[in-house]
Amino acid sequence: MEWETVIGLEIHAQLATRSKIFSGSATAYGAEPNTQANLVDLGYPGVLPVLNGEAVRMAVRFGLAIGARIAPCSVFARKNYFYPDLPKGYQISQYELPIVAEGALDVMLDDGTRKRIGITRAHLEEDAGKSLHEGSPGVSGIDLNRAGTPLIEIVSEPDLRSAKEAIAYMKKVHTLVRYLGICDGNMQEGSFRCDANVSVRHKGAEKFGTRAEIKNLNSFRFVEKAINYEVERQIEIIESGGIVVQETRLYDPEKGETRSMRSKEEANDYRYFPDPDLLPVVLGDSFIAGVKATLPELPDEKAERFVRDYGLSQYDAGVLTASRELGAFYEEVVRRVGSEPKLCANWVMGDLAALLNNDNLEINQSKVDAAALAGLVVRIVDSTISGKIAKDVFEAMWASGEGADAIIEQKGLRQITDTGAIAKAIEEVMAKNAGQLADYRSGKDKLFGFFVGQVMKATGGKANPAQLNELLKKKLAG
Amino acid sequence: MSAPAATVAALAKGLAAGEYSSVELTRAYLERIAAAQPALNAFVTITSEAALAAAAAADAARAKSQTGRLTGVPIAHKDIFCTEGIRTTCGSKMLANFVSPYDASVVAGLRGAGTVMLGKLNMDEFAMGSSNETSFFGAVHNPWDTTMVPGGSSGGSAASVAARIVPAATATDTGGSIRQPAALCGVTGIKPTYGRCSRYGMIAFASSLDQAGLITVSAEDAALLLGPMSGFDPRDSTSVERAVPDYTTTLGDSLEGLTIGLVKEFFDKGLDATNEQRIRDAIAVFEKLGARAREVSCPHLPLSVPTYYVVAPAECSSNLARFDGVRFGHRCESPKNLLDLYCRSRGEGFGAEVKRRIMTGTYVLSAGYYDAYYLKAQRVRQLISADFAQAFQSCDLLFGPTSPTPAFAIGAKFDDPITMYLNDIYTIGANLAGLPGMSIPCGFVDGLPVGLQILGPHFSEARMLNAAHRYQQETDWHLRVPAAFA
Repeated sequence: MEWETVIGLEIHAQLATRSKIFSGSATAYGAEPNTQANLVDLGYPGVLPVLNGEAVRMAVRFGLAIGARIAPCSVFARKNYFYPDLPKGYQISQYELPIVAEGALDVMLDDGTRKRIGITRAHLEEDAGKSLHEGSPGVSGIDLNRAGTPLIEIVSEPDLRSAKEAIAYMKKVHTLVRYLGICDGNMQEGSFRCDANVSVRHKGAEKFGTRAEIKNLNSFRFVEKAINYEVERQIEIIESGGIVVQETRLYDPEKGETRSMRSKEEANDYRYFPDPDLLPVVLGDSFIAGVKATLPELPDEKAERFVRDYGLSQYDAGVLTASRELGAFYEEVVRRVGSEPKLCANWVMGDLAALLNNDNLEINQSKVDAAALAGLVVRIVDSTISGKIAKDVFEAMWASGEGADAIIEQKGLRQITDTGAIAKAIEEVMAKNAGQLADYRSGKDKLFGFFVGQVMKATGGKANPAQLNELLKKKLAG
Repeated sequence: MSAPAATVAALAKGLAAGEYSSVELTRAYLERIAAAQPALNAFVTITSEAALAAAAAADAARAKSQTGRLTGVPIAHKDIFCTEGIRTTCGSKMLANFVSPYDASVVAGLRGAGTVMLGKLNMDEFAMGSSNETSFFGAVHNPWDTTMVPGGSSGGSAASVAARIVPAATATDTGGSIRQPAALCGVTGIKPTYGRCSRYGMIAFASSLDQAGLITVSAEDAALLLGPMSGFDPRDSTSVERAVPDYTTTLGDSLEGLTIGLVKEFFDKGLDATNEQRIRDAIAVFEKLGARAREVSCPHLPLSVPTYYVVAPAECSSNLARFDGVRFGHRCESPKNLLDLYCRSRGEGFGAEVKRRIMTGTYVLSAGYYDAYYLKAQRVRQLISADFAQAFQSCDLLFGPTSPTPAFAIGAKFDDPITMYLNDIYTIGANLAGLPGMSIPCGFVDGLPVGLQILGPHFSEARMLNAAHRYQQETDWHLRVPAAFA
């Protein structure tokens, strides 16, 4: 029996506003506990929430970027439950009337096809604080710095059919929110996290299976592992004659498994109702048009342009547009070199990416900036150095921070383009290897490579490869 | 200075003329408060020292001619308004030791206008009650007969103004909590339009209904005090951005041609007959002043009590969730675990009426009941609003009784919540529709005051105060003082 996995994701992205969604407190991460919580965040008697307009603008940016309907009127609702890190005893969220509805994102699957993933809705809400259970035994601490931080919860349709698709979609959303400048995407700090709704059914079945909701997954790797574990668990239950129960489960990254948190019966009744402290958010066409005018070029548009203008493959264009900064870096290199966009792409995606990865750096922290990399590529294009030598130059640039030209001069790496010098080196190699020369001339064509290697060795790798090939062929032929 | 006769208007004149200083005035009122406290229990906290310091500052300002109309006039605040550095209890054990770190916007506005705070007034716990019997700090007594209730929830405000132990007091009205005690104590009460005054710093009971207002001796006093506590507040999204007029300038306008609607549903079988006669007498005075009365109907108004007792508890069940013993307020002794902390802190901190409303509210918002109760109540609320809007098509103001009967005996209805809830039958409609309302004294039944209720369209406070003031120029019901406090 073939199984099909059905997944829907609820992604929580922390909006990059300076202050909280309903108070003037700062949202910066990592401050001393409870130093960024004012009376409103603490839920003091008599205080009232006031909506941060910037959070609304950011949510609208997201909605426009996924081609969604921006609600002309959306409403904040209270989600009621008791928890020590929820100061008011309710979370202000949106329920029946979210600000963003009915959007979609296209993701690229492994086989190169595109798949459209529906986005049911995206709504604004406030984050809760944090309960800290380390420290004194038997006592829990509460840090309310995070309480009231603006979130946008992005709810997908159950359109995802594997952990891989889920990751591709989540990465796409991750890229998009950073493009839009509405979320820093920092998953270690919890700025971008998700819950996964997972179920399985027989392939071809119409009805969905019973789903489990896996909470609070804060890395792409965990999402993948948690989903795969959960799918296997559910299939095993059904195949051994059991029934999957609807429940909330927690992923344990240490054990690599999910475990039950609470069943449907134990689920809270959140008693949602419209928050009487806040007015409905009414957005006019001119406001929405104003936000639209400030949207940057979006990842898909940029990738298409890269394919069209630079002749890159879909794959390369996808990689280079994975972040706005990477795309900008690449375009700066191309602009400075003035030609060879494919060569520029290879350098950015190859050697540069490898060293960034090695040093765990982001593109904007690169030790070789776009201008410097362009300086190196220009020297390959004008034949000052070979591509192979360029790799050594690049490593030296990375290590020293010096420009390509300086390193080429210091190390004497300038390519030999003097035909006489190359011819002399060839003659010396031929004289030293009389046996091989005879073999070659008697038909062992494969030895050509041997001679190239020897001449390169003799010239310290600096011989212009094209010239070397041409001369060598002539000389060997006798 | 003769305290019992003094209105805010008269005291402001006396201060301006140098007949007495604010310190002298404040001291005199503090003495009256202390003397009346055993009989009335109108205050939860008396802030003598701070009051005298503020009065001295007001006198110093006057010496430098830095004065406004209200500089140095003593008032008191209902204990639902947060006051910086001063205990703010909301009439509850839950907040019996809560010292607010900030001032409510209404408090700040009135202080900015130069008023001197005498203390914090008793009230029904979390403003939930119509008799002031639910206060953790004990019942307030009606100065006209101390065996009677003063009404609620602003019972301390109404009783203290009636006994002239304060010249004026702030109050709040969620379902009649200003107008009903004003009627039962024979004083003037105004609940402005929802959104006229900021709710910031006013401890929430039912956010969509709560409105700050005043209890005063006269409409003129209300006109003087309402300005400084009104207006848009960026900290309250539901406060309305609309200019605040000087309410005193239109007080003397003619009532010629004013159309008064007598709401048929207000004159129902539940209305005490002698009570009704006082209302009819008052209407005759208005007709003499040039107003025309005509009957109108608000057919959905009889549904206002059940509607209110769904909406208000629903909002209260959520608003009061923050009192969990974690950050402020009452915390039980040595909790065993989190659930125990919640259950005992809230179980011990809240009184029976508050618990009843939290449970009612939790029920009506529950999955499966939300549509049948909360949503339906919201729909009825819209119908009630539409009824009023229709009535105001043909009327400038609506008149009726404030409460079905005069004050009742302490304890008489305490164990019968439904009868108690019906006390608000005439006042709740205005809250559901967000309309401004007043109650003004219009006579007595068996020695107990009766109130005339005046309702107006949104933001018609000036018109209501004008009508009330003209009536008070013709009558002296508002100037009567209970014999024991004369």
